[in-house]
Amino acid sequence: MSTAEKYVTAAYCVVFAVVLAYVVLIALKLHRLEREVDELERRRPPVPVAEDERETIHVG
Amino acid sequence: MGRSYRIPLPALAAASLALVTLALVLVFYVAPNDASQGFSQRIFYFHVSIALTAYACFGAGAWKALRHLWKRDPRADLESYVAVHQGVIFGSLVLLTGSIWAKISWGHWWLWSEDELVLFLVLFLFYAAYFMLRFSVDPGPQRANFSAVYALFGVVLIPVSFLAIRIAKSFVHPQVFTLHGPNFGGWMLVTYCVAQIAMLVFAHTLYRVELVGKRIDARLRELRLG
Repeated sequence: MSTAEKYVTAAYCVVFAVVLAYVVLIALKLHRLEREVDELERRRPPVPVAEDERETIHVG
Repeated sequence: MGRSYRIPLPALAAASLALVTLALVLVFYVAPNDASQGFSQRIFYFHVSIALTAYACFGAGAWKALRHLWKRDPRADLESYVAVHQGVIFGSLVLLTGSIWAKISWGHWWLWSEDELVLFLVLFLFYAAYFMLRFSVDPGPQRANFSAVYALFGVVLIPVSFLAIRIAKSFVHPQVFTLHGPNFGGWMLVTYCVAQIAMLVFAHTLYRVELVGKRIDARLRELRLG
């Protein structure tokens, strides 16, 4: 591999590495957001179901 | 970025992956070697397209900033911020790939005597400082207004940086485009056009992904406070 070929390869690898780092950061952020949504969902009080709103089903 | 119809994000991601792959195949297997620069000229297919994409991102950031100040579009501030962020990422890639090319051709990673390099660095640092300004002000209308005015001022530097390559006294930096059109033809031109489209589609995909994340983040903050 000539010197020029090495440098060109390095240039494209740098582009790839920077883009990859950016995608990893975005993925980490989305993961954090997912955890926060789960936490909010856990904190939410359960919605009470009124007696008359219950659906009647016939068993058997 | 029309609001009535948007290309679905997975389709956009698939298109950018296909276009970037095609561009890489053309760069390494199809495009001929340049007569004067040889193999090292292959850096330019991505270096130039990334540079023009960075300018496009800064331009989009300024356009959204103008919409924020003029129309008071509630989504424009976040869109302007994400566009500037993309511009800085692509700008850093321009500096990195440019430095590698300079090392091959000039024997130096950086030359302070070259106006076009210094002007692009000034443009890059100007937009890097945008984040310092933005995060030094508390979230709210004031922060949005300050950021918008700053992003609008920065757009003035884009034509200066772009034209510097043309007016460079030493003519050391290669001129890819002249008043008479591109400085190359055939497969070189096809490769460059594919690389340019690939970079623009890729940047737009990243912009949309980041924007979705930022909007979810903002809504979660509101939910936690509410």
